[in-house]
Amino acid sequence: MSDAPVLEVDKVRVSFSGRRILDDVSFVIRKGEFTGLIGSNGVGKTTLLRAILGLQRVDAGEIRVTGAPLGRRGRSLGYVPQRVNLDPDVPMRARDFVALGLDADRYGFARRTREQRGLVEQMLINVDALGFADRRVGTLSGGEQQRVLIAHALISRPELLLLDEPLANLDPASVQEIVALLHRVAHEFQVAVLLSAHEMNALLSVMDRIVYLTAGRAASGTTEEVIRPEVLSKLYGHHVDVLKIHGRVFVVAEPGRDNDDIPDHPNLTVS
Amino acid sequence: MRFLFEPGFFASAPVRTAMIIGALAAVISAVVGVFTVVRGQSFAGHALTDVATAGGSGAFLTGISPLVGFVGGGVLGAGAMDLIGVERLRSRDVATGIVLSVATGFAALFLFLDTTMNATTGATQQILFGSIFTVNPFIVPYVLALSVLTLFVLGFIYRPLLLSSLSSELASARGIGLRRVGLLFMLALAIAVGVSAIAIGSVLSTALLIGPAATSLRLTKNLRSAIGVACAMGVATTWLGVLLAYDSFYWIPSSQGLPVSFFIVALILVAYLASGVPAVRRFVARPAADHGHSRLTVRPFETPRSGARN
Amino acid sequence: MFSGFMANAWLVGTIVAVVAGVVGFFVVLRGAAFPAHAIPNGAFAGAAGANLIGLNPLFGLGVFSLGAALGIGALGRRGRSDAVTALALVTMLALGAAFLSQSTEYEPQIFSLLFGEILGVSTSQIVPVAVLGLACVLAIGLLYRRLMLTSLAPEIAAARGINPRVIELMFLVVLACSTTMTVPVVGAFLIFTLMIGPPAAARCFSDRPGTALGGSVVIALLTLWAAIACSYQTNWPVGFYVGVFSAAAYGVGRVYVAWGHARQAKATYLANEEMTPPTPALSR
Repeated sequence: MSDAPVLEVDKVRVSFSGRRILDDVSFVIRKGEFTGLIGSNGVGKTTLLRAILGLQRVDAGEIRVTGAPLGRRGRSLGYVPQRVNLDPDVPMRARDFVALGLDADRYGFARRTREQRGLVEQMLINVDALGFADRRVGTLSGGEQQRVLIAHALISRPELLLLDEPLANLDPASVQEIVALLHRVAHEFQVAVLLSAHEMNALLSVMDRIVYLTAGRAASGTTEEVIRPEVLSKLYGHHVDVLKIHGRVFVVAEPGRDNDDIPDHPNLTVS
Repeated sequence: MRFLFEPGFFASAPVRTAMIIGALAAVISAVVGVFTVVRGQSFAGHALTDVATAGGSGAFLTGISPLVGFVGGGVLGAGAMDLIGVERLRSRDVATGIVLSVATGFAALFLFLDTTMNATTGATQQILFGSIFTVNPFIVPYVLALSVLTLFVLGFIYRPLLLSSLSSELASARGIGLRRVGLLFMLALAIAVGVSAIAIGSVLSTALLIGPAATSLRLTKNLRSAIGVACAMGVATTWLGVLLAYDSFYWIPSSQGLPVSFFIVALILVAYLASGVPAVRRFVARPAADHGHSRLTVRPFETPRSGARN
Repeated sequence: MFSGFMANAWLVGTIVAVVAGVVGFFVVLRGAAFPAHAIPNGAFAGAAGANLIGLNPLFGLGVFSLGAALGIGALGRRGRSDAVTALALVTMLALGAAFLSQSTEYEPQIFSLLFGEILGVSTSQIVPVAVLGLACVLAIGLLYRRLMLTSLAPEIAAARGINPRVIELMFLVVLACSTTMTVPVVGAFLIFTLMIGPPAAARCFSDRPGTALGGSVVIALLTLWAAIACSYQTNWPVGFYVGVFSAAAYGVGRVYVAWGHARQAKATYLANEEMTPPTPALSR
């Protein structure tokens, strides 16, 4: 692990429609780290990702990617949206889509050199997509398409890979495959990976760091550091318990607690 | 007041026919139009007016009743679109485009044959822009009958149509035959469009189909009130347009005045643009206008791609 | 059939078909069929207007095309773009109706603006068509990758610093430009046909974007050439043949796709048959 951070989020504050969505969120990601941005739906994960991408205006605080403020990031950032809605009729093979990742922001027709085609082939092997490389992107399953999107983002050699809820609509087998793939991407290719999810259990074994987001506030650190009753209670603003059962983690509100101040969380059981 | 209602307005028979036919066309177009816009089928709706027009020019040529030509052409076109196109938004675009291409090809042929064989001139203009003032009053009962038929079909499929327009997944989960409902809707659309095209010309037909509906949907998300507002708007713009066109005869000294279609479309456009002004929206969206449980969120059932769609 | 005035028709037809094939590829990809229909149709009203006040119709065409493109681009962001396109179209046509009402002698003009007069194209029209055509193709070529990415995955494009709305607007302007140059020659309805049928057919035959684009151009060329030849022989309008032939091309494409699926289904079925061992009798 090293040196200069790849992503620095520094006391970021975002509000819109009169609501404070993100309040003083700070964390740092270094090269090759696998970071999970965990929080329930509506809590601000997408807003935070959009802010990092430069698509959301930040009211206070700063975001730096590889030391440079936003606007100069260029190639150092790769983005994988949750899904891309493509018609099966669209004449674009998975292979072509990945190739587009090389230079989509350049002008002119695309003439692929042999070297470029070799790069594409290698990337397809890396994400284990060679089997369907020549099928149309619109005909791929969710998990298959996810891998193509990852390859597309990675081929321009970014330092940071952002994924927006990549596991949300996948079947359990695909979830495991994608998580394993991303783990390899982080550690073998030394690309910092930041993905958002509303459920952390699938990621427990591979996450180097977790950024736990709730109601605009965040706690970041390793899973051991963050997923503790003291830390989370402070974050939520009322007492929560952390249960570990069979290697899975559940965050639980104290029974009998007033329901009004308990935010929605899929792992939160209220009896 | 005299300035607004030029002499002879209420006495004139063509004007009376125009008002009746115009109102009928406006109402039927508004009702069908609201669904058309919600389903994102504005292109198909417009394309069918062109197809109906092609049918009309064929009728011109062969001497069949124009009503049969317009409505029949529209129905054929709707069937073809349904045959080629499927549920997906993009292939529907291509299906519409292909049918439109063929229809305009035939329109070219019919109009050409018409000019050479029958030596009639002005056929193109007549068919395209129609003339509400020269409609033969004897078609009024047929227009009425077909309008009633269309409304009946719509009423018959109202609930499945509503659900499938808002969410195709929900609808098929409930066992609604999306294909069948879609086809029935297209047929209703074709009849509505054919009827209004023959009465008021194909330009106006599209305008009355899409304009008031799009405007009312910007002002209210409740489908029932959207239909009501669209009807009111359609009739109002039509009558006002007829009035202004009649008056323009007198206002502009040398010529035959400006066509009705110009005024009606202008009014529709102004209404649409006005509905985008924040002050107007605030005025319209008073809480009292809400009917809680029937409020529906209206979205196309597939979001095509870029940019902010509402 | 190839001499004299027909030479012009062949030449201009070739240019128009190439442009239509290239621009049309993106029209179909982006689901922009309605603007591709609305802009030329509305533009013809501009030509009528320009004629009325004694200006070169090309000027009216250009102004109305551009206005339509910008209007659709701007308004379409805030409301449903297809409803907006319809409104833009009828507004222009209504203006056209108003222009036409103020003059008398128009029938042949309208017909030719709508359906074209490619067989009667004059030599002086060739150069403007060629120049504008080249500009359109170059613009598409320059924006090629951005157009591809914004058409397929606008969020990824945005993340890379490409603004999808800007690209959309530029595409609409290119569409307007290709309209202006071709409407006088092939008519408003025809250019639309060439931009829909051939690209839709081409994508049935190839999975790759480059090949599909090339195929789109080839099919557009073949369609228009065949139409010109048939029109010359029978005297019937070119528009008729273009409409029928491009639909036929699409039909062939669809049949080809269906045939491919049938073959694949059969191959999968046979493979499964081979792989599944016969089920043993269930033990009691």
